[in-house]
Formats: sequence, C-alpha cells, structure tokens
Amino acid sequence: MTKRRSPWVTLAAILVYVFLYAPIVVLVIFSFNSSRTNVTFAGPITGFSAEFPDPRTSVVTASPCGPFHWFCTLAGNRELINAARNTLTIAFTSTLISTTIGTMAALALQRYQFPVKTFSEVSLYIPIVIPEIVMGIGILTLFGALFRFLNASLGLTGDGRLAMGIGTVILSHIAFSVPFVTLVVRARLQGFDKAVEEAAMDLYANEWRTFWRVTLPIIAPGVLSGGLLAFTLSLDDFVITFFTTGPGATTLPIYVYGLLRRITTPELNALSTLWIALVFVAVFITQRLERRAA
Amino acid sequence: MPEFAVELRDVSKRFPAPSGEIVNAVRNVSLQIRDGEFFSMLGPSGCGKTTSLRMIAGFELPTEGDIFIHDKPMGQTAPYQRPVNTVFQNYALFPHMTIGENVGFGLEMKGVDKAQRLTRVRQALEMVRLPGYEARRPRQMSGGQQQRVALARALVNHPEVLLLDEPLGALDLKLRKEMQLELKRLQREVGITFIYVTHDQEEALTMSDRIAVMSGGRVLQVGPAFEIYERPNCRFVADFIGESNFLEGTVREVQQRTATVELAGGLLAYAESDLALTNGQAVTVTVRPEKIGLRPYEGAQNVYPGRVEDIVYIGTDTHYTVLLAGDQRLRVREQNEDPYSRPLASPGDAVTIYFDRAAARVLLD
Ligand SMILES: Nc1ncnc2c1ncn2[C@@H]1O[C@H](COP(=O)(O)OP(=O)(O)O)[C@@H](O)[C@H]1O
Ligand SMILES: [Mg+2]
Repeated sequence: MTKRRSPWVTLAAILVYVFLYAPIVVLVIFSFNSSRTNVTFAGPITGFSAEFPDPRTSVVTASPCGPFHWFCTLAGNRELINAARNTLTIAFTSTLISTTIGTMAALALQRYQFPVKTFSEVSLYIPIVIPEIVMGIGILTLFGALFRFLNASLGLTGDGRLAMGIGTVILSHIAFSVPFVTLVVRARLQGFDKAVEEAAMDLYANEWRTFWRVTLPIIAPGVLSGGLLAFTLSLDDFVITFFTTGPGATTLPIYVYGLLRRITTPELNALSTLWIALVFVAVFITQRLERRAA
Repeated sequence: MPEFAVELRDVSKRFPAPSGEIVNAVRNVSLQIRDGEFFSMLGPSGCGKTTSLRMIAGFELPTEGDIFIHDKPMGQTAPYQRPVNTVFQNYALFPHMTIGENVGFGLEMKGVDKAQRLTRVRQALEMVRLPGYEARRPRQMSGGQQQRVALARALVNHPEVLLLDEPLGALDLKLRKEMQLELKRLQREVGITFIYVTHDQEEALTMSDRIAVMSGGRVLQVGPAFEIYERPNCRFVADFIGESNFLEGTVREVQQRTATVELAGGLLAYAESDLALTNGQAVTVTVRPEKIGLRPYEGAQNVYPGRVEDIVYIGTDTHYTVLLAGDQRLRVREQNEDPYSRPLASPGDAVTIYFDRAAARVLLD
C-alpha cells in the first residue's frame, strides 16, 4: 500500500537539505574563486600559465593548475602540510588506541557482572555530555600539574622537561573518543550470540583464537564504525586540542583558526573542500559497512 | 577400556541470582553414562538439564563434585581441552564462515592439514546428507539444514562424547520426527556416546538407550525407556512420562511382592511392589490408563464399580473418566477395536473397571 505524500513534506525535506548543504556548496564554489580576498565570487580561474602568479595578485586569472590554483598553492604551504601531518598522526594513533580500549570496554560491559558495573558504565558516558571546554580545561589542569610535579621531582630542565605537545593531544583525543567507540560497539554487541564463542571453544579454540577467529570478525563492522567515528572526532576537534597542544603540534583546525584571525583566502576554502571530501569518503565507508552488517 | 564414557559424582551447581539469592540449578547429581550409549536427560524446563550438560562440556564448573570423562577427572579443564563436542540448541554456526569453514573449524584448531581437512569435511557433510554444501553460508540454509551442519561440525572431530542440548527444539514437528530417526541412525553409525537433553518425553522414549528423569536440579530415576514408563519410582516420574492415575491410600497388608492398599471409600487395591512397606504406611498407587479396562477379563485382581463421567474420543483410543467410591477419579483408555468406534459406555452409565495387580505400582510419595 502506498500513501500519497503531502507536498509540504517534500518541501520541508528540500528546505532541510538546502539548509544543511548550502554552506558547503558555497564553501566549495569559493575554493575556485579567482579573487584572493574571497569576499565575493569573482568567477573561476580559467587561464593556464607556465608560472605561478605573484602571491600578491588580487585577482588571479591564470595558473599552472588552472581552476585548481588554490589547491596547488595549498600543496606548497609548509605550515599547512605540517599541520595536516600532525592531524593525521594524531587521528590515526588516537583512533587505533581508543578503538582498542573502547572495544574491550564494550566487551567487558556486555559480558561480565562486576561490583562497580553501573558506576563504570555511567562514568564512561559522562564525558560525552560534559561540555568539551570543561573537559579541555580539566585535561589542561591535570597535565599542567602533573608535568610541574614530574619536572620538579625528576629534576628535568630545559628541553628535557615534559611539556604539552603531540603526545598530550593524542592522550586527550583517546580520552574523549573511548566513550563514543564503546557506545557504538555496545550497540553492535546487543545482538551478539554468546553461543558462537562457546561453540568455538567447544571446537578446541582457546580464548585468544576464539576472539580473533570468531568474536572480532562478527563485531568487526561495529568496531570499524566506532573507529571511523573516533577518527572523524579527532580530525575536527578544536576545543580540547586547543587546550592540550604545544609548540610544533599545531593541527589543521588550530591552524585554520589562526589563519581566520589574519585573512581568509580561497586557499582556506580549498583546504576545507579537501577536508569535506575526506569526511564524505569516511561516512560513505561507514554506511557501507553498516549496511553489510545488517 | 574404561567402563563409563562420562561419570558425574555427586555434582552440584549453584548460581548467584541477580537478586542476591542462590539458585540451586543442579543438586547432588550422580550419573554413569556408558560407552556408546544414547543417553537422554529428560525433565521440564528449568530442571537443570542444560546446566548439567554445560558442566560436562566445561562451560560451567561444578560448585561441588567431580566429572570424569573416560575416567579422567575434568577438574578445571577448559572446554577446548575436553574430548567432547556440543550441538547447541540454536546451532551457533559461525555466521561469517562458509559451511565448509564451519565444519572444518575444529579440525583446523587441532592442526589437521588442509587436504585432510577438506576430505573429512566432505565426508561429514555427506554423512548428514548435505553433500556439496561447503561454499554456502549459514544464513542461506533452512533450520533443518543448519541443524545438520551443526551436527557435522561436531561429529567431524570424532569426539568421545557428543552433547546435544534440545537440538530439535526449533524445528517443526514433521522435521523433528525425521531428525529423530536420523540422529538415531547417525549414533549407531558412528558409535559415539550421545548425551541428549530434551524436555520432550516422546523424543527421549523413542531415541534413548537410557533416560535420566530430572526435576528441580535432581535426578529422580535412571533407566531404559520401558523401565521409566512401567516402573516409575516416584509420582513425578509417573506423571511426567505418559499419563498416570494416582490413588492415595494406606498399606493394609504386604505379602511377598503384593501390597494391599486401602483406598478412600473402603476400596482395596492390590499392587506389585519391591518396596519395604509397613502396615499403616501412607502410599500412592499408580496405574496407567491404558492398563485399565472396561471389559471384564479373567484374573483381574482390581475390580471396582464406578460411573462414567466423561468420554473423549481421540481416534485410536477413547478416554473415559470414571468416578469411583470415595470421590476418586480414574482415567481409562480403551482402544477403538470396533470398526464403528462405538463407545463401550456413555456418560452417566454404571460400569465396572478392571486392572491387574502387576499394572498397579506403589509409590511412596
Ligand atoms: N548462568 C546462570 N545464572 C543464574 N541462574 C542460572 C544460570 N543458568 C541457569 N540458571 C538457573 O538454573 C536453573 C536450571 O537451568 P537450566 O539448566 O538451564 O535448566 P533446563 O535446561 O533444564 O531448562 C534455572 O532455574 C535457571 O534459571
Ligand atoms: Mg535448557
């Protein structure tokens, strides 16, 4: 039985999509802007030239990369490349570790009864609802106090001192990702039939082999979507990173924020476009995995 | 060669319930299961069958007592180190593996090389009549087929004992009957000891060499089907297996193996008994409905007048409910030998019922 859909529903749906995607579309279009100031769209760059134009040109008409001029200048920006590398290093490392910890936590909460279970469950999910800035301040205070104490008691001086940097950013990203991974993996585990693990053990597989050959393959889609969530969270985190980063550990969001305070150029839009493309790919993969698992 | 495939010595299992109290799932169970036997554990839901089986498999450890497999004490031995395999109630096939990988899993874990594994998997699938299904996935198979795969996956390892937990529970009646025969055939073919858990008495009676009837975590009686049926040792067994009449009374006289029991309304029942009874002891006399007749015959020791209360025609038989003196009711089952299935009496008719001394048994509870 099909029901006639009211035209208002269609209209509402269209409005929602416009509302959601209009900024993104504008952002992408402006990454092809020929005007450096990027206040209005002065048309795309149409010409090709052998050399890059003077970086001070206000309206770029020709470039070796044609319309993709700003993407090319992006590739030559050392600061930015550095920030991108930091971001990816942090994202990959924290994703790997938080996915492992989160999955283990989900498995433990799923199958064992222990005295502080309710407490550990609630305390695990609290970081999700706490404002990020509170978490950021908390982590900053903790690391600050800890490093002061360690530096003093171990007598560390100069460059040998413990300080904020990529390590503290990774740790803080792990901290805020674990609850999300746990949540996603637990949802997956709801339909998990414990009997298959017993069947594996019955068929001579010890705990270790049972986990790798049976448990993990079955919950893999959940672990992967948890991991992808952690990855995207880490990629675009600003607040907590802002509090825990140090010299030489600038990430893309921090870098972009810094640029914004000076001047915005289409280069920034080009960067965002690439970023959005990456996120789209990640979301697409997640969706595919979810569908395959269902 | 050890005498018993599996032995349970005074095994108990207690679980802490979430509410804080203790659940006595299995209480002081002792069982001796012979080599090559088709042994069933029969009892209503919650009586501790699964828990007993899981303790043999090693998924649970006994709170008290010991389990021996071919005389080897199992102690804390992990499931993967026990020479038994299990067929789970809902099959528990590995959803991410093909049928071939499922069946070959045990052999792979044991380190059997690939060529030999493939041969044995093929043979096992042939044995359960699923030849050539190696490449399928569990979800592409019907319930009955998955059941066979689960069987093949266990049997391919040639376990010393095969444990089956209500393996046919999820199948429809027709398929269940088919699989019952199939299981029995397989068991004879491979000669492996089967320990079969079921709450279906008919299933247990048709398939088993011996049956242990369980209730409330205890084993009440162990024996072959006919013994359980014809000589139940307590009221629960008599009631749970088939249908029984129970008449309460007091022992008046015991002579050799015959007890005279005075029932309500002054009726005297003669029943066979090996029990040490004393005069004046309160007992129950049990007799199966099909062993009571409405037709007179030579030598029936128990003969009572009564009145038909109710008649139920069920095709092969007709069931009569007969009211005796002292407000006692007996169910009587007569075979419909008459081609016109004319009942022997109508409701309200006065009748006389007859049964043998040997058909009646004395129970202490
Ligand atoms: N893991 C457990 N935790 C607590 N109680 C249990 C557990 N397993 C079984 N029980 C209890 O033990 C009793 C026997 O259960 P079970 O062996 O599954 O019975 P059956 O298989 O005969 O239906 C039931 O009362 C059940 O609730
Ligand atoms: Mg059970």
